[in-house]
Amino acid sequence: MKSKSLKALQYAALLIFVLSIIRILTGASDLTSVGTASAALLLSVPIALAGLGGLFSERSGVVNIGLEGMMIMGAWAGGMIGSKHGPWIGLFAAVCFGSVGALLHAIATITFGVDHVVSGVAINIIAAGLVRYISTIFYKSGAWLGPSQSPDVTSIGTNGIPVLSGGTYFGWKSPDVLSVLAEKHWFFISDTAAVIRGLTGDLSYVTMIAMAMIPLSVFILWKTAFGLRLRSAGEAPIAAESLGVNVYAMKYAGVLISGGLAGLGGGFLAIVAANHYQENQVAGRGYIGLAALLFGNYRPGGILMGAGLFGFADALQLRDSASIHALILLIVLILLFLVVRDFRKGKALKAALTLAFASLSLWYFLAVDELPGQLVTMTPYITTLLVMAVASQRLRMPAADGIPYRRGGMQ
Amino acid sequence: MKGFKPSGFLLALAAPVAAAVVSIIISSLAVLATHKSPIDAYKTMWEFGTTSGSLMQMLNTATPYYIAAIAIAITFRAGLFNIGVEGQLRLGAMFGAYLGAMFVLPPVIHILAIMVIAMTIGGLWAAIAGYLKVKRGVSEVISTIMLNSLAGGLSSYLLANRFMDRTTASNNMSTKEIPASGQFPDLMPLLNKLGVEDQPGGGVYGMLLFAVVLGVIFWFVINRTRFGFELRASGANPIAARVSGVNSKRMTFVALALSGAVAGLAGLPAVLGDTHAFNMGFRTGIGFSAIAVALLGRNNAVGMAISALLFGFLEVSSRSLELIDIAPETYVIMQGSILLSSVIAYEVVRRYKITLQSNELAKVAEA
Repeated sequence: MKSKSLKALQYAALLIFVLSIIRILTGASDLTSVGTASAALLLSVPIALAGLGGLFSERSGVVNIGLEGMMIMGAWAGGMIGSKHGPWIGLFAAVCFGSVGALLHAIATITFGVDHVVSGVAINIIAAGLVRYISTIFYKSGAWLGPSQSPDVTSIGTNGIPVLSGGTYFGWKSPDVLSVLAEKHWFFISDTAAVIRGLTGDLSYVTMIAMAMIPLSVFILWKTAFGLRLRSAGEAPIAAESLGVNVYAMKYAGVLISGGLAGLGGGFLAIVAANHYQENQVAGRGYIGLAALLFGNYRPGGILMGAGLFGFADALQLRDSASIHALILLIVLILLFLVVRDFRKGKALKAALTLAFASLSLWYFLAVDELPGQLVTMTPYITTLLVMAVASQRLRMPAADGIPYRRGGMQ
Repeated sequence: MKGFKPSGFLLALAAPVAAAVVSIIISSLAVLATHKSPIDAYKTMWEFGTTSGSLMQMLNTATPYYIAAIAIAITFRAGLFNIGVEGQLRLGAMFGAYLGAMFVLPPVIHILAIMVIAMTIGGLWAAIAGYLKVKRGVSEVISTIMLNSLAGGLSSYLLANRFMDRTTASNNMSTKEIPASGQFPDLMPLLNKLGVEDQPGGGVYGMLLFAVVLGVIFWFVINRTRFGFELRASGANPIAARVSGVNSKRMTFVALALSGAVAGLAGLPAVLGDTHAFNMGFRTGIGFSAIAVALLGRNNAVGMAISALLFGFLEVSSRSLELIDIAPETYVIMQGSILLSSVIAYEVVRRYKITLQSNELAKVAEA
């Protein structure tokens, strides 16, 4: 386990190194700025929460496409209740509403044995419709200013790591060493400082709670009896049942936890990432969370990496389209790396094709100054597709995932 | 099936009836929650929805739903799920409208050419998901969802920067108008002959007839051809299908591409019959409602037609709810509750049938 985290650190350092080279080459200073790193974190959290939600559900053997709908319920409840009773109660409501969506999914799939994907898609359609219906009523009654936007929610406080990244502790204002370093524009050192400052400074307390969910999930799923039973329901339900595990109960637990986490992710979008609920706020993040789960091979650490990747793409897209342009250069570098690797392995044809593609990308990079805005918004989705295309083949999903289970083996 | 004298037909009816009852209860509760009378709501909807103007709009709403639902049903029958119909029909309609306005052909051939363009684009877009599924093992559910978002971005980029007609000054971004030879004739003149009077803002898309033909073709190909049999076989039991010589990977790819091609047509009823161009006002959400239509109609040509009409009726008639101060969005609750209760009801009935059958078999075995 230790060597694994060490390796992850090495990769992170390498990534920052390459990005700093690209920053120097292209002048796209936002690529490794404090702002980008903190925006990436902010956008990663809801995706990671959705992915963790998917983890609990799918580890118990229930495919959960309904994450999107549960996030919508959470975001809506966060805005609706949070604007009335304060952000913390709003977040609690988001968890509850996400779980209500999950309860529907659980009843349909576990009790009645409906196809998991069908039920999940039905939940997404229903959730979007339901919140629109109720929002319209609130708008008509005068409580909301528009049918697609809730009133504002007061924000939740932030803090950082003492000495390193600022913040306030018991009235003492901590110095902010990393910010000072980041301002220096030293190659690699300032870049690293800026990224760490972005990831650790001005953190919302909710972000901290969400990040704590990742080791907590590892602990619950792999170190407790409950986790073992839940996973056994997803791997070999019949064997589990024969050993006295209540498979239905485990699946219900998995799906309900899943809905709670997805709801929290939605609430985070409404309360922390923005300060109100807005229609289409979730915008497919439930699905991207699911993609992060698959990319992460049904493990919390992998989900975190996937969510970080998608969050980074999303942050660049939102902040600065020049950086997306610079990212094409990153693609060129990755492709060149593949060319060398393929060539060494003796795959000349593949290497030549990749080289052609790399030159094409390089030409496009040089020919175009800035990507049009509509195309830039596509970045997270393209990233998802490309990453899935590369990563999908070495996945191992829970053995009984998606298969309706009947006690006693009746179909 | 000899043993079930009374139950066969009744069982087939049980699921939809149970689903309808449950959804009426849920929708009534939703209306009651706003301190309004559900009876008034249903009465108003029925009175408004059965006027001939509303019925025409119902047909116009149902036509794209039906075409898109057929596209989804093709993948369902093959054990796949194409959630990307929304993106496929959007791109198909946009390219069809843009390229179709660039040439003039004899009337029928022009329309056919536009249809072929829309089908090609929709099919190619879905083929990306097919390729990723077959070659890279990417779940088509995830990839088609991502392709939806990509299609949205791509279409707004292309419309604003490449396809927009700059010869006419207008606030609404739109492609050039398709010449008369490429416009699908309205059914109104035909209806006039049958004694139906013109309605304000009325007219019935000519593509309605096309949708009916498409339904017949779908039924025939799926149920009466070898291709349809192999498609269903690879969906129902992939291992058995492979053992009996069906190339399941090829089937997966073909089913997704074919589904995308049909989906490409679903945006055309409005484009060819009404706007004669692709513009910013192009209706969104057809592809998602069509998923519900396909599920409710059990992927069956007749069933999907009924559910498309039902969805159209609910959408159009609920507009009248504004008059008695109830949110017209109530229809979303109705559609959603029908959808969820029907998938559950069908599953319960299927289980019940299996139990009945095994009881029958047990009796035979004892005797």
